[in-house]
Amino acid sequence: MKRGATSIVGAAESAIGIVPDRSALELMGDAALGALDDAGLSVKDVDGLFAQTPYLWHPSISLGEHLGIAPRFTGSTNMGGASFVGFIQHAALAIEAGLCEVALIAYGSNQRSDGGRLMTGSEHLSFEAPYGTIYPATSYALMAQRHMAQYGTTSEQLAEVAVAARRWAQLNPKAMERGPLSVEDVLASRMISSPLHKLDCCLVTDGGGAVVLTSAARARDLRKPAVPVLGAATAHQHRQILQMPDLTVTAAVRSGERAFAMAGLKPADIDVVQIYDAFTINVILSLEDLGFCGKGEGGLFVAGQRIAPGAALPVNTSGGGLSYCHPGMLGIFLLIEAVRQLRREAGERQVQGVETALVHGIGGVHSAHCTAILGRQ
Amino acid sequence: MQPLPDVRGSARPYWAAALKGELQLPFCDACGGAVFYPRDFCPSCAGRSVTWRRCSGRGKVYSYSVVHTHPNPAFKQRVPYVVALVTLEEGARLLTEIVDCPPEAVRVGMAVVVDFRRVSEEVALPVFKPAAARP
Repeated sequence: MKRGATSIVGAAESAIGIVPDRSALELMGDAALGALDDAGLSVKDVDGLFAQTPYLWHPSISLGEHLGIAPRFTGSTNMGGASFVGFIQHAALAIEAGLCEVALIAYGSNQRSDGGRLMTGSEHLSFEAPYGTIYPATSYALMAQRHMAQYGTTSEQLAEVAVAARRWAQLNPKAMERGPLSVEDVLASRMISSPLHKLDCCLVTDGGGAVVLTSAARARDLRKPAVPVLGAATAHQHRQILQMPDLTVTAAVRSGERAFAMAGLKPADIDVVQIYDAFTINVILSLEDLGFCGKGEGGLFVAGQRIAPGAALPVNTSGGGLSYCHPGMLGIFLLIEAVRQLRREAGERQVQGVETALVHGIGGVHSAHCTAILGRQ
Repeated sequence: MQPLPDVRGSARPYWAAALKGELQLPFCDACGGAVFYPRDFCPSCAGRSVTWRRCSGRGKVYSYSVVHTHPNPAFKQRVPYVVALVTLEEGARLLTEIVDCPPEAVRVGMAVVVDFRRVSEEVALPVFKPAAARP
Protein backbone atom coordinates (compact mmCIF):
# COMPACT_ATOMS: atom_id res chain seq x y z
CA MET A 1 0.00 0.00 0.00
CA LYS A 2 1.47 3.35 -1.05
CA ARG A 3 1.19 6.68 0.73
CA GLY A 4 -1.37 8.92 -0.96
CA ALA A 5 -2.27 6.48 -3.76
CA THR A 6 -5.95 6.56 -2.76
CA SER A 7 -8.24 9.24 -1.35
CA ILE A 8 -11.53 9.52 0.47
CA VAL A 9 -13.84 11.49 -1.81
CA GLY A 10 -17.23 11.23 -0.12
CA ALA A 11 -18.54 10.94 3.45
CA ALA A 12 -21.99 11.07 5.03
CA GLU A 13 -24.19 9.91 7.90
CA SER A 14 -27.77 8.72 7.59
CA ALA A 15 -30.28 10.17 10.01
CA ILE A 16 -28.72 9.49 13.42
CA GLY A 17 -29.91 9.47 17.02
CA ILE A 18 -33.35 7.91 17.40
CA VAL A 19 -34.62 6.66 14.04
CA PRO A 20 -37.26 4.02 14.83
CA ASP A 21 -38.75 3.78 11.33
CA ARG A 22 -35.60 2.75 9.41
CA SER A 23 -34.01 -0.70 9.43
CA ALA A 24 -30.26 -1.15 9.91
CA LEU A 25 -29.91 -1.91 6.19
CA GLU A 26 -31.92 1.17 5.23
CA LEU A 27 -29.75 3.38 7.45
CA MET A 28 -26.66 1.85 5.84
CA GLY A 29 -28.11 2.46 2.38
CA ASP A 30 -29.11 6.04 3.21
CA ALA A 31 -25.57 6.81 4.36
CA ALA A 32 -24.08 5.14 1.28
CA LEU A 33 -26.22 7.22 -1.08
CA GLY A 34 -25.33 10.33 0.91
CA ALA A 35 -21.62 9.63 0.66
CA LEU A 36 -21.89 9.02 -3.10
CA ASP A 37 -23.84 12.27 -3.53
CA ASP A 38 -21.15 14.03 -1.53
CA ALA A 39 -18.53 12.68 -3.97
CA GLY A 40 -20.62 13.41 -7.06
CA LEU A 41 -20.78 9.70 -7.90
CA SER A 42 -23.64 7.21 -8.31
CA VAL A 43 -24.14 3.59 -7.28
CA LYS A 44 -23.30 2.70 -10.88
CA ASP A 45 -19.73 3.92 -10.29
CA VAL A 46 -19.17 1.61 -7.31
CA ASP A 47 -17.24 -1.58 -8.01
CA GLY A 48 -15.79 -2.26 -4.55
CA LEU A 49 -18.09 -2.83 -1.56
CA PHE A 50 -17.18 -3.08 2.13
CA ALA A 51 -19.74 -3.30 4.93
CA GLN A 52 -20.12 -4.60 8.45
CA THR A 53 -22.97 -4.61 10.96
CA PRO A 54 -24.10 -7.08 13.62
CA TYR A 55 -27.57 -6.95 12.04
CA LEU A 56 -26.70 -8.84 8.86
CA TRP A 57 -25.07 -12.21 8.25
CA HIS A 58 -23.65 -11.02 4.92
CA PRO A 59 -23.28 -7.24 5.24
CA SER A 60 -21.62 -6.31 1.94
CA ILE A 61 -23.78 -8.77 0.00
CA SER A 62 -26.99 -7.39 1.51
CA LEU A 63 -25.88 -3.83 0.83
CA GLY A 64 -25.08 -4.75 -2.78
CA GLU A 65 -28.55 -6.23 -3.20
CA HIS A 66 -30.22 -3.26 -1.48
CA LEU A 67 -28.53 -0.60 -3.62
CA GLY A 68 -28.22 -2.57 -6.87
CA ILE A 69 -24.44 -2.88 -6.81
CA ALA A 70 -22.69 -5.97 -8.23
CA PRO A 71 -19.10 -5.29 -7.13
CA ARG A 72 -15.85 -6.66 -8.53
CA PHE A 73 -14.37 -6.72 -5.02
CA THR A 74 -16.16 -7.22 -1.70
CA GLY A 75 -15.41 -7.53 2.00
CA SER A 76 -17.25 -7.88 5.32
CA THR A 77 -14.32 -8.68 7.60
CA ASN A 78 -15.53 -8.35 11.16
CA MET A 79 -13.02 -6.34 13.17
CA GLY A 80 -15.82 -5.07 15.43
CA GLY A 81 -16.04 -1.32 15.65
CA ALA A 82 -12.59 -1.03 14.07
CA SER A 83 -13.82 -2.61 10.83
CA PHE A 84 -14.38 0.61 8.92
CA VAL A 85 -10.93 2.03 9.55
CA GLY A 86 -9.63 -1.43 8.62
CA PHE A 87 -11.62 -1.34 5.38
CA ILE A 88 -9.65 1.78 4.37
CA GLN A 89 -6.60 -0.47 4.16
CA HIS A 90 -8.47 -3.27 2.36
CA ALA A 91 -10.09 -0.88 -0.13
CA ALA A 92 -6.84 1.00 -0.79
CA LEU A 93 -5.05 -2.28 -1.55
CA ALA A 94 -7.82 -3.45 -3.88
CA ILE A 95 -7.82 -0.11 -5.73
CA GLU A 96 -4.04 -0.06 -6.05
CA ALA A 97 -4.07 -3.62 -7.35
CA GLY A 98 -6.61 -2.63 -10.01
CA LEU A 99 -9.27 -4.95 -8.59
CA CYS A 100 -11.74 -2.09 -8.22
CA GLU A 101 -11.74 1.68 -8.69
CA VAL A 102 -14.51 3.17 -6.52
CA ALA A 103 -14.96 1.55 -3.10
CA LEU A 104 -17.93 2.16 -0.81
CA ILE A 105 -17.49 1.51 2.93
CA ALA A 106 -20.70 1.51 4.98
CA TYR A 107 -22.34 0.80 8.34
CA GLY A 108 -25.90 0.89 9.68
CA SER A 109 -27.62 -0.07 12.92
CA ASN A 110 -30.79 0.66 14.86
CA GLN A 111 -29.44 -0.49 18.19
CA ARG A 112 -31.25 2.29 20.06
CA SER A 113 -34.72 1.56 18.66
CA ASP A 114 -34.06 -2.14 19.16
CA GLY A 115 -33.84 -1.64 22.91
CA GLY A 116 -30.09 -1.19 23.22
CA ARG A 117 -28.99 -4.75 22.76
CA LEU A 118 -25.56 -5.24 21.29
CA MET A 119 -26.01 -8.07 18.84
CA THR A 120 -23.14 -10.51 19.08
CA GLY A 121 -24.72 -13.50 17.38
CA SER A 122 -24.40 -16.91 18.96
CA GLU A 123 -20.86 -16.52 20.29
CA HIS A 124 -20.50 -17.70 23.86
CA LEU A 125 -17.45 -16.72 25.90
CA SER A 126 -17.18 -19.89 27.96
CA PHE A 127 -14.58 -18.64 30.46
CA GLU A 128 -16.17 -15.22 30.96
CA ALA A 129 -19.97 -15.27 30.56
CA PRO A 130 -20.64 -17.59 33.57
CA TYR A 131 -19.14 -14.94 35.85
CA GLY A 132 -21.62 -12.16 35.06
CA THR A 133 -19.44 -9.64 33.30
CA ILE A 134 -21.32 -6.90 31.44
CA TYR A 135 -20.07 -7.26 27.88
CA PRO A 136 -18.16 -5.17 26.89
CA ALA A 137 -18.26 -2.65 29.79
CA THR A 138 -16.66 -4.86 32.45
CA SER A 139 -13.69 -5.62 30.17
CA TYR A 140 -12.96 -1.91 29.82
CA ALA A 141 -13.56 -1.43 33.55
CA LEU A 142 -10.88 -4.03 34.28
CA MET A 143 -8.44 -2.09 32.05
CA ALA A 144 -9.31 1.17 33.79
CA GLN A 145 -8.86 -0.33 37.26
CA ARG A 146 -5.48 -1.78 36.33
CA HIS A 147 -4.36 1.56 34.85
CA MET A 148 -5.39 3.29 38.06
CA ALA A 149 -3.51 0.80 40.23
CA GLN A 150 -0.39 0.86 38.07
CA TYR A 151 -0.18 4.56 37.17
CA GLY A 152 -2.38 6.44 39.63
CA THR A 153 -4.94 7.42 37.00
CA THR A 154 -8.08 8.79 38.68
CA SER A 155 -11.84 8.73 38.10
CA GLU A 156 -11.65 12.51 37.69
CA GLN A 157 -9.20 12.08 34.80
CA LEU A 158 -11.51 9.54 33.14
CA ALA A 159 -14.36 12.02 33.56
CA GLU A 160 -12.31 14.75 31.87
CA VAL A 161 -12.55 12.69 28.66
CA ALA A 162 -16.35 12.65 28.82
CA VAL A 163 -16.50 16.39 29.58
CA ALA A 164 -14.18 17.25 26.65
CA ALA A 165 -16.35 15.12 24.32
CA ARG A 166 -19.43 16.99 25.52
CA ARG A 167 -17.80 20.36 24.89
CA TRP A 168 -17.07 19.30 21.30
CA ALA A 169 -20.64 17.98 20.94
CA GLN A 170 -21.98 21.36 22.01
CA LEU A 171 -20.42 22.70 18.79
CA ASN A 172 -21.94 19.93 16.64
CA PRO A 173 -25.63 20.42 15.72
CA LYS A 174 -25.93 16.70 14.86
CA ALA A 175 -24.72 15.53 18.28
CA MET A 176 -27.24 13.70 20.43
CA GLU A 177 -26.14 14.99 23.86
CA ARG A 178 -25.34 18.72 24.00
CA GLY A 179 -26.33 19.74 27.54
CA PRO A 180 -23.86 21.03 30.12
CA LEU A 181 -21.66 18.39 31.75
CA SER A 182 -19.08 18.63 34.54
CA VAL A 183 -16.55 16.20 36.00
CA GLU A 184 -18.79 16.10 39.10
CA ASP A 185 -21.79 15.08 36.95
CA VAL A 186 -19.83 12.14 35.53
CA LEU A 187 -18.71 11.03 38.99
CA ALA A 188 -22.27 11.36 40.32
CA SER A 189 -23.76 9.23 37.56
CA ARG A 190 -24.73 5.62 38.32
CA MET A 191 -21.88 3.14 38.71
CA ILE A 192 -22.13 0.45 36.01
CA SER A 193 -19.01 -1.68 36.41
CA SER A 194 -16.49 0.08 38.65
CA PRO A 195 -14.61 2.28 38.07
CA LEU A 196 -16.81 3.13 35.05
CA HIS A 197 -19.90 5.27 35.68
CA LYS A 198 -22.79 5.56 33.26
CA LEU A 199 -21.29 8.76 31.80
CA ASP A 200 -17.94 7.01 31.23
CA CYS A 201 -19.85 4.84 28.72
CA CYS A 202 -20.83 5.72 25.17
CA LEU A 203 -24.36 6.49 24.01
CA VAL A 204 -26.71 3.97 22.47
CA THR A 205 -28.18 5.43 19.27
CA ASP A 206 -29.38 4.51 15.79
CA GLY A 207 -27.50 5.53 12.69
CA GLY A 208 -25.54 4.72 9.57
CA GLY A 209 -22.42 6.11 7.99
CA ALA A 210 -20.42 5.68 4.78
CA VAL A 211 -17.30 6.87 3.00
CA VAL A 212 -16.18 6.50 -0.62
CA LEU A 213 -12.58 5.78 -1.56
CA THR A 214 -10.98 5.94 -5.02
CA SER A 215 -7.63 6.31 -6.74
CA ALA A 216 -5.78 9.61 -6.45
CA ALA A 217 -6.16 10.04 -10.22
CA ARG A 218 -9.96 9.59 -10.22
CA ALA A 219 -10.25 11.72 -7.07
CA ARG A 220 -8.91 14.79 -8.87
CA ASP A 221 -12.02 15.05 -11.10
CA LEU A 222 -14.60 14.79 -8.32
CA ARG A 223 -16.75 17.34 -6.57
CA LYS A 224 -15.00 17.88 -3.24
CA PRO A 225 -11.35 18.22 -2.21
CA ALA A 226 -9.87 14.73 -1.96
CA VAL A 227 -8.61 13.46 1.39
CA PRO A 228 -5.55 11.29 0.69
CA VAL A 229 -4.85 8.17 2.75
CA LEU A 230 -1.28 8.65 3.98
CA GLY A 231 -1.03 5.55 6.12
CA ALA A 232 -3.15 2.65 7.39
CA ALA A 233 -2.45 -0.38 9.52
CA THR A 234 -4.25 -3.09 11.47
CA ALA A 235 -3.28 -5.15 14.50
CA HIS A 236 -5.00 -7.51 16.88
CA GLN A 237 -3.92 -9.71 19.73
CA HIS A 238 -6.65 -11.13 22.02
CA ARG A 239 -10.39 -11.62 21.52
CA GLN A 240 -11.52 -11.68 25.15
CA ILE A 241 -10.23 -9.70 28.10
CA LEU A 242 -8.84 -12.71 29.97
CA GLN A 243 -6.35 -13.20 27.12
CA MET A 244 -5.07 -9.60 26.99
CA PRO A 245 -1.40 -9.92 28.00
CA ASP A 246 -1.05 -6.51 29.69
CA LEU A 247 -4.27 -4.60 30.41
CA THR A 248 -2.46 -1.27 30.13
CA VAL A 249 -0.98 -1.83 26.64
CA THR A 250 -3.09 -2.28 23.51
CA ALA A 251 -2.30 -3.36 19.95
CA ALA A 252 -2.61 0.34 19.02
CA VAL A 253 1.15 0.38 19.67
CA ARG A 254 1.63 -1.75 16.56
CA SER A 255 -1.11 -0.35 14.32
CA GLY A 256 -0.04 3.20 15.18
CA GLU A 257 3.66 2.58 14.60
CA ARG A 258 3.02 1.06 11.17
CA ALA A 259 0.53 3.73 10.10
CA PHE A 260 2.92 6.52 11.13
CA ALA A 261 5.82 4.81 9.32
CA MET A 262 3.79 4.54 6.11
CA ALA A 263 2.73 8.19 6.37
CA GLY A 264 6.24 9.36 7.18
CA LEU A 265 4.80 11.30 10.12
CA LYS A 266 5.03 11.30 13.90
CA PRO A 267 2.42 12.12 16.58
CA ALA A 268 3.58 15.75 16.81
CA ASP A 269 2.65 16.17 13.11
CA ILE A 270 -1.03 15.30 13.70
CA ASP A 271 -3.49 18.21 13.89
CA VAL A 272 -6.69 16.40 14.88
CA VAL A 273 -7.29 12.96 16.41
CA GLN A 274 -10.41 10.75 16.29
CA ILE A 275 -10.26 7.80 18.73
CA TYR A 276 -12.99 5.22 19.26
CA ASP A 277 -14.31 6.34 22.67
CA ALA A 278 -16.68 3.54 23.62
CA PHE A 279 -15.50 4.22 27.19
CA THR A 280 -13.45 7.07 28.63
CA ILE A 281 -10.47 4.79 29.34
CA ASN A 282 -10.11 4.07 25.59
CA VAL A 283 -8.97 7.62 24.88
CA ILE A 284 -6.34 7.57 27.65
CA LEU A 285 -4.93 4.17 26.59
CA SER A 286 -4.94 5.06 22.89
CA LEU A 287 -3.24 8.45 23.34
CA GLU A 288 -0.45 6.62 25.17
CA ASP A 289 -0.17 3.71 22.75
CA LEU A 290 -0.28 5.92 19.65
CA GLY A 291 2.59 7.96 21.08
CA PHE A 292 0.85 11.25 21.92
CA CYS A 293 2.15 10.86 25.49
CA GLY A 294 4.20 8.35 27.46
CA LYS A 295 2.84 5.12 28.95
CA GLY A 296 1.00 5.89 32.15
CA GLU A 297 0.77 9.62 31.39
CA GLY A 298 -2.61 9.53 29.65
CA GLY A 299 -4.58 10.58 32.72
CA LEU A 300 -2.45 13.68 33.20
CA PHE A 301 -2.52 14.35 29.45
CA VAL A 302 -6.32 14.67 29.34
CA ALA A 303 -6.60 16.55 32.67
CA GLY A 304 -7.41 20.26 32.63
CA GLN A 305 -9.50 19.78 29.44
CA ARG A 306 -6.39 19.52 27.25
CA ILE A 307 -8.25 17.60 24.50
CA ALA A 308 -11.28 19.96 24.46
CA PRO A 309 -12.10 22.76 21.96
CA GLY A 310 -9.33 25.32 21.81
CA ALA A 311 -6.87 23.13 23.74
CA ALA A 312 -3.51 21.59 22.85
CA LEU A 313 -4.68 18.48 20.98
CA PRO A 314 -8.20 18.36 19.50
CA VAL A 315 -9.57 14.83 20.12
CA ASN A 316 -12.99 13.54 19.00
CA THR A 317 -14.16 16.82 17.54
CA SER A 318 -17.66 15.50 16.71
CA GLY A 319 -18.34 14.71 20.36
CA GLY A 320 -17.47 11.06 19.73
CA GLY A 321 -19.32 8.01 20.94
CA LEU A 322 -19.68 9.63 24.34
CA SER A 323 -21.82 12.58 23.16
CA TYR A 324 -22.36 12.59 19.36
CA CYS A 325 -23.65 9.14 18.42
CA HIS A 326 -22.86 5.47 18.95
CA PRO A 327 -25.06 3.02 17.08
CA GLY A 328 -23.20 -0.11 18.21
CA MET A 329 -20.05 0.62 16.22
CA LEU A 330 -18.41 4.02 15.84
CA GLY A 331 -15.52 3.51 13.40
CA ILE A 332 -17.19 4.91 10.28
CA PHE A 333 -18.20 8.11 12.09
CA LEU A 334 -14.58 8.76 13.11
CA LEU A 335 -13.63 8.71 9.43
CA ILE A 336 -16.52 11.01 8.49
CA GLU A 337 -15.50 13.58 11.10
CA ALA A 338 -11.84 13.46 10.04
CA VAL A 339 -12.87 14.07 6.42
CA ARG A 340 -14.99 17.06 7.44
CA GLN A 341 -12.18 18.56 9.49
CA LEU A 342 -9.69 18.10 6.62
CA ARG A 343 -12.11 19.64 4.11
CA ARG A 344 -12.75 22.52 6.53
CA GLU A 345 -16.47 21.66 6.59
CA ALA A 346 -16.81 21.28 10.36
CA GLY A 347 -18.58 24.58 11.06
CA GLU A 348 -18.36 25.88 14.61
CA ARG A 349 -16.13 23.00 15.71
CA GLN A 350 -13.64 23.42 12.84
CA VAL A 351 -10.05 23.20 14.04
CA GLN A 352 -8.01 25.92 12.33
CA GLY A 353 -5.25 24.94 9.92
CA VAL A 354 -5.92 21.17 9.91
CA GLU A 355 -3.54 19.43 7.50
CA THR A 356 -3.45 15.94 9.04
CA ALA A 357 -5.85 13.70 10.96
CA LEU A 358 -5.37 10.40 12.74
CA VAL A 359 -8.33 8.04 12.98
CA HIS A 360 -8.12 5.13 15.39
CA GLY A 361 -10.73 2.37 15.37
CA ILE A 362 -11.05 -0.15 18.18
CA GLY A 363 -12.95 -3.44 17.98
CA GLY A 364 -14.08 -5.93 20.60
CA VAL A 365 -12.52 -5.32 24.01
CA HIS A 366 -9.43 -3.44 22.82
CA SER A 367 -9.00 -6.53 20.63
CA ALA A 368 -8.68 -5.13 17.09
CA HIS A 369 -6.93 -1.85 16.33
CA CYS A 370 -7.00 -0.06 12.99
CA THR A 371 -5.21 3.25 12.50
CA ALA A 372 -5.49 5.52 9.45
CA ILE A 373 -3.67 8.78 8.83
CA LEU A 374 -5.36 11.17 6.43
CA GLY A 375 -4.13 14.41 4.87
CA ARG A 376 -4.98 17.17 2.38
CA GLN A 377 -3.94 17.56 -1.21
CA MET B 1 -30.61 -17.97 33.79
CA GLN B 2 -27.01 -18.67 34.82
CA PRO B 3 -24.89 -18.92 31.62
CA LEU B 4 -22.89 -22.14 31.55
CA PRO B 5 -19.56 -22.90 29.90
CA ASP B 6 -19.17 -25.29 26.99
CA VAL B 7 -17.57 -28.25 28.76
CA ARG B 8 -16.61 -30.13 25.58
CA GLY B 9 -13.29 -30.43 23.78
CA SER B 10 -9.91 -29.47 25.21
CA ALA B 11 -11.58 -27.84 28.21
CA ARG B 12 -13.24 -31.07 29.39
CA PRO B 13 -10.52 -31.95 31.97
CA TYR B 14 -10.68 -28.39 33.37
CA TRP B 15 -14.38 -28.63 34.15
CA ALA B 16 -14.14 -32.26 35.29
CA ALA B 17 -11.42 -31.29 37.80
CA ALA B 18 -13.42 -28.28 38.99
CA LEU B 19 -16.36 -30.59 39.78
CA LYS B 20 -14.00 -32.49 42.10
CA GLY B 21 -12.81 -29.26 43.72
CA GLU B 22 -9.47 -29.10 41.91
CA LEU B 23 -7.97 -26.46 39.64
CA GLN B 24 -6.11 -28.19 36.81
CA LEU B 25 -4.52 -26.72 33.70
CA PRO B 26 -2.60 -28.03 30.70
CA PHE B 27 1.12 -27.17 30.67
CA CYS B 28 3.14 -27.06 27.46
CA ASP B 29 5.59 -29.95 27.16
CA ALA B 30 8.01 -27.74 25.23
CA CYS B 31 8.13 -24.41 27.11
CA GLY B 32 6.50 -25.45 30.39
CA GLY B 33 4.02 -22.57 30.33
CA ALA B 34 0.47 -22.90 31.61
CA VAL B 35 -2.04 -22.82 28.76
CA PHE B 36 -5.25 -20.95 29.51
CA TYR B 37 -7.96 -21.13 28.27
CA PRO B 38 -7.21 -24.86 27.84
CA ARG B 39 -5.98 -25.98 24.43
CA ASP B 40 -4.12 -29.15 23.46
CA PHE B 41 -1.31 -27.08 21.95
CA CYS B 42 0.62 -24.00 23.12
CA PRO B 43 -0.26 -20.63 21.58
CA SER B 44 2.81 -19.11 23.25
CA CYS B 45 5.62 -21.26 21.75
CA ALA B 46 3.68 -23.30 19.15
CA GLY B 47 4.37 -26.53 21.05
CA ARG B 48 2.04 -29.34 20.01
CA SER B 49 1.60 -31.32 23.22
CA VAL B 50 0.52 -30.55 26.78
CA THR B 51 0.31 -32.33 30.13
CA TRP B 52 -2.45 -31.62 32.64
CA ARG B 53 -1.36 -30.80 36.21
CA ARG B 54 -3.04 -29.62 39.36
CA CYS B 55 -2.38 -25.96 40.21
CA SER B 56 -1.68 -24.62 43.69
CA GLY B 57 -4.89 -22.59 43.61
CA ARG B 58 -3.01 -19.51 44.82
CA GLY B 59 -2.86 -16.28 42.89
CA LYS B 60 -3.10 -12.50 42.99
CA VAL B 61 -5.77 -10.08 41.84
CA TYR B 62 -4.50 -8.49 38.61
CA SER B 63 -7.55 -6.25 38.21
CA TYR B 64 -11.17 -6.20 39.32
CA SER B 65 -14.49 -4.50 38.75
CA VAL B 66 -17.54 -4.28 40.98
CA VAL B 67 -20.59 -5.00 38.82
CA HIS B 68 -23.58 -2.87 39.84
CA THR B 69 -26.17 -3.77 37.22
CA HIS B 70 -26.78 -6.61 34.77
CA PRO B 71 -29.37 -7.32 32.07
CA ASN B 72 -29.57 -11.00 33.14
CA PRO B 73 -31.86 -11.42 36.22
CA ALA B 74 -29.63 -14.25 37.49
CA PHE B 75 -26.86 -11.72 38.00
CA LYS B 76 -28.98 -8.66 38.72
CA GLN B 77 -30.29 -10.23 41.94
CA ARG B 78 -26.70 -10.65 43.17
CA VAL B 79 -25.31 -7.13 42.54
CA PRO B 80 -22.95 -5.76 43.65
CA TYR B 81 -20.42 -8.56 43.04
CA VAL B 82 -16.75 -8.53 42.18
CA VAL B 83 -15.48 -9.78 38.82
CA ALA B 84 -11.70 -10.09 38.73
CA LEU B 85 -8.74 -11.22 36.71
CA VAL B 86 -6.55 -13.42 38.89
CA THR B 87 -3.00 -14.34 37.91
CA LEU B 88 -2.15 -17.80 39.24
CA GLU B 89 1.24 -18.70 40.71
CA GLU B 90 1.66 -20.87 37.61
CA GLY B 91 1.33 -17.79 35.36
CA ALA B 92 -2.12 -18.24 33.81
CA ARG B 93 -4.68 -15.47 34.22
CA LEU B 94 -8.33 -16.42 34.86
CA LEU B 95 -11.43 -14.29 34.77
CA THR B 96 -13.32 -15.11 37.96
CA GLU B 97 -15.32 -13.80 40.89
CA ILE B 98 -13.95 -12.74 44.29
CA VAL B 99 -16.12 -14.16 47.08
CA ASP B 100 -16.11 -13.97 50.88
CA CYS B 101 -14.83 -10.40 50.73
CA PRO B 102 -16.67 -7.06 50.85
CA PRO B 103 -16.38 -5.41 47.40
CA GLU B 104 -14.77 -2.30 48.90
CA ALA B 105 -11.98 -4.44 50.45
CA VAL B 106 -10.77 -5.94 47.15
CA ARG B 107 -7.41 -4.58 45.98
CA VAL B 108 -5.16 -5.08 42.97
CA GLY B 109 -2.32 -7.34 44.14
CA MET B 110 -4.41 -9.01 46.86
CA ALA B 111 -3.48 -12.67 47.54
CA VAL B 112 -6.36 -15.06 46.84
CA VAL B 113 -7.02 -18.81 46.84
CA VAL B 114 -9.39 -20.85 44.73
CA ASP B 115 -12.78 -22.07 45.85
CA PHE B 116 -15.61 -23.58 43.82
CA ARG B 117 -19.26 -22.73 43.32
CA ARG B 118 -21.54 -25.42 41.96
CA VAL B 119 -23.89 -23.88 39.37
CA SER B 120 -25.27 -27.01 37.65
CA GLU B 121 -25.01 -30.80 37.55
CA GLU B 122 -22.00 -30.56 35.25
CA VAL B 123 -20.37 -27.31 36.32
CA ALA B 124 -18.56 -25.91 39.33
CA LEU B 125 -17.05 -22.50 38.69
CA PRO B 126 -13.61 -21.70 40.09
CA VAL B 127 -13.97 -18.56 42.22
CA PHE B 128 -11.41 -16.97 44.55
CA LYS B 129 -11.44 -15.73 48.13
CA PRO B 130 -8.90 -13.77 50.16
CA ALA B 131 -5.94 -16.01 51.08
CA ALA B 132 -6.27 -15.02 54.73
CA ALA B 133 -9.82 -16.37 54.80
CA ARG B 134 -8.63 -19.92 54.12
CA PRO B 135 -9.21 -22.18 57.14
